[in-house]
Amino acid sequence: MRSGSLKGVRLWFARNNGALFALVLFIAMFALYVAKNGVGVRTGLITAVANKGVLLALVAMAQTLPILTSGLDLSVGMIFVLTNCIASTILSGPPWLVAAGVAAVLLSGVICGAINGALVVYGRLQPIIATLATGAVYNGLALLVRPVPGGSIEPTFAAVLTTQIFDVVPTTLVILLAVVLAIWLPFQLSTTGRGCYAIGSSESAAYMTGIAVRRSRLAAYMFAGLLAAIGGLLLTAMTLSGDASAVSGGIYTLSSIAAVVIGGTSLMGGVGGAVGSIFGAFVLREVSDLLFVFDIQPLVQPFIQGLILLGAVSLGALRVLRARSRLEFLGVGR
Amino acid sequence: MTRVLQQLDRPVVIAFGFILVLLILGGIYNQQFLSGLYLLQQLRVASFLGIIASGVMVVILLGHIDLSIPWVVTIGGITATAVAGWWGASWTALGVPLAIACGALVGLANGFGVAFLRIPSMVFTLGMNAVVQGMVVMYTGGNAPPDQATPILQWLAVRDTFHLPHAVIVWAIVGVLVMVALRRTPFGRYVYAIGNSERVSYLSGISTRTILIIAFVTSGACSAFAGAMLAGYAGKAYQAMGDPFLLPAIAAVVLGGTSILGGRGNYLGTVAGVILITLLESILSVMQISDSARQIIYGAMIIVMMLVYGRDRRVEG
Repeated sequence: MRSGSLKGVRLWFARNNGALFALVLFIAMFALYVAKNGVGVRTGLITAVANKGVLLALVAMAQTLPILTSGLDLSVGMIFVLTNCIASTILSGPPWLVAAGVAAVLLSGVICGAINGALVVYGRLQPIIATLATGAVYNGLALLVRPVPGGSIEPTFAAVLTTQIFDVVPTTLVILLAVVLAIWLPFQLSTTGRGCYAIGSSESAAYMTGIAVRRSRLAAYMFAGLLAAIGGLLLTAMTLSGDASAVSGGIYTLSSIAAVVIGGTSLMGGVGGAVGSIFGAFVLREVSDLLFVFDIQPLVQPFIQGLILLGAVSLGALRVLRARSRLEFLGVGR
Repeated sequence: MTRVLQQLDRPVVIAFGFILVLLILGGIYNQQFLSGLYLLQQLRVASFLGIIASGVMVVILLGHIDLSIPWVVTIGGITATAVAGWWGASWTALGVPLAIACGALVGLANGFGVAFLRIPSMVFTLGMNAVVQGMVVMYTGGNAPPDQATPILQWLAVRDTFHLPHAVIVWAIVGVLVMVALRRTPFGRYVYAIGNSERVSYLSGISTRTILIIAFVTSGACSAFAGAMLAGYAGKAYQAMGDPFLLPAIAAVVLGGTSILGGRGNYLGTVAGVILITLLESILSVMQISDSARQIIYGAMIIVMMLVYGRDRRVEG
């Protein structure tokens, strides 16, 4: 019994070491930031850090799901931008109208994800190409909704989302926790969610085992759309406006891939999870804070940021040292 | 002749068919779309994307991807114009080879990360893109290096000989080189072999690392070269000038029938894909369709075309 539970603990660590590494890295960076900053841990400071990281964290969580199925979603940043634009048009008025608006925003994210999923599952397109194209479409739709940056959102609703609960805990962190507990964990533990992991490990084996491959894959893209829409909603609450910026959508998409990798999810699929991606996102966001408190010249900052990004994603290279044969890295091929 | 026909596999024929349809539709809207002058101008605009796509295609054939294109294009343009400030105006001719060398160096780093460190190309090239961006910001931010297009860049990008744009000639030369390398040299055979199965290629004695590195160097060099020519076309080099080229380059390669998983595709298809995307963008903008509708049509066209001929085989059953 004892050795059994020990084995369980070891297995848990082995399965989550990527996420744990990202968590430790973030805590170390945050501690360094607080120590150097010298103002102490204040609610305002934590809220600022949380609000900055939570948007990328949500987009990265969204990106995790398709990647787990060994796919990719290049439109995830555009769904984020599109839902931001939609939210900036419909979220004002009495509470019941705002609530309906929130539902509509989330639903539009799910629909975008469902379109991606349908193209991949029923259209049998490569995810990278299908979502590249839908990304352009969603960008167009966002421009249609909001040709110029602007719009508004019910100020009291926005204030609730971006401040603290009981003046202590940043609301955005609570929302993130709620998303993990109410969306991610149930999904991961469900048959459909486990199916996503199975597809990522071996699609043909998953099919042979009787896993509903199509349903799992479709669900992965739909949940990705939902998570990106939650991100878009929070973005609207923070900026109080909508902006159909293709540039920002592209940056979020690319950063989300980096955050997923730093969080310990394999791009080959089948290994990792969305919680790691949250820590990965916070690590990425914390870099700029650190550069700021260490008084790095602004002109040098992007270069150092790039080096850190490159270094972080290259940590996987350490396994090269452990390998006994180069064949270990070479896939079996088609 | 038969050999040429053999190369025209289904995706390539369909892609050229779509080009014809676009031209006919455009011609119905406005006769100007069928004039030689307009078509030559489109080819000139297409040549920049074409040169970038040539390098991207080699990397995609391996089953990899190069996301460092945007800032490699930019560093190419900035290097080619900044040369004038280093050794004086008489050395500006060195700008183009230096730009290509810069791009090749970035490609070398990419190839090293992918071939030796075994980092997935998607994230390693993404990281390199950020590093190159940082280098450009660091270099151009403090001092302002010359960014005006030098005469040689303008000669390459905007001048014609007998109405034939030099840019198109350059693309043709790059294209023939890539086509010959892919079809007539061991390197090309190895690229296709690795794209189909790196494991089998390695076990057959192919030096897969060398091939990977050469491919990424090619991609970097092509992008930087295109960046230098773009600086000539736009009259100056500027930050983020490469940003609008990454997705169209990948789309052009894939629309031309090259499999994103590697191992399958030919260069004529990429030519068709590049022309198709350039024509589509041009016709939509001439018709004064709003930016939003243009994006939607653009994305929808790619989806429709891929549904026609870019579908995977069924895994199940």
